[in-house]
Amino acid sequence: MAFGAPKRSGPGGARGKDAKDAKGGDKRRGGGFFRRRKVCKFCADKIDDINYKDVKLLSGFVPERGKVLPRRISGTCAKHQRGLRVAIVRARQLALLPYAAD
Amino acid sequence: MSNRTYELIYVLKPDAPETEVAELHKQVADIVERMGGVIDKTENVAPWGRRRLAYEIGHHKEGFYVLEQITGSAELMKEIDRRLKVTEGLLRHLIVRVDESSIKAERMRAKRTEESRRRRVARGLPPDRQPGEGPQGEDNDDSGDMMFDGGEMEA
Repeated sequence: MAFGAPKRSGPGGARGKDAKDAKGGDKRRGGGFFRRRKVCKFCADKIDDINYKDVKLLSGFVPERGKVLPRRISGTCAKHQRGLRVAIVRARQLALLPYAAD
Repeated sequence: MSNRTYELIYVLKPDAPETEVAELHKQVADIVERMGGVIDKTENVAPWGRRRLAYEIGHHKEGFYVLEQITGSAELMKEIDRRLKVTEGLLRHLIVRVDESSIKAERMRAKRTEESRRRRVARGLPPDRQPGEGPQGEDNDDSGDMMFDGGEMEA
């Protein structure tokens, strides 16, 4: 899913290279490359109730390691991140999601 | 009286015979009945029932999940919780109050509908979407894949 991607193609590393590969250094001024604006999935999809039973939804915010995906990566708004955390914690209790993997 | 809606999920050992599942359900039902509650629904099929655990619990890799929705008092749920805690053969259980969050979700939805109607009227449109108006904004699902690589070039 979308949220599995960030780890491997880490934005940090990719950014430096892209900026250099772009024509000339002046491109870097004012961003230099186009970055898609991140939006909160729950706001965009109008999900009001983040339910702990919806494993499919939640697992998108739990990368392989089993930790909760931080807001700065997923773009989730503060309000929904709070609800998300609670849902993930509940799902973990029931072994629907892992506490830690490997 | 304060009747509230709760969800109870419990996880049995995967090798539990059907009688044991039924037995536990009956125990829960008895408590609910005794303390003036109602079981709204019970689910142990489809997404529930036998399913893989995200981590091993006492060497078990699978569990038998049962979901019950119960309307009743807080004391009732406390009693169920107490009983389930001492029940053997139960891997996990969780009780969550659901009425508040569903009311909240309902309120959010109402607010959003209200807001969109207000805006539509302000734009001189009828408050509700007309059939055949075409999607608006909802088809922006392409954000997913490119969201994080930040590598898109200008040119």
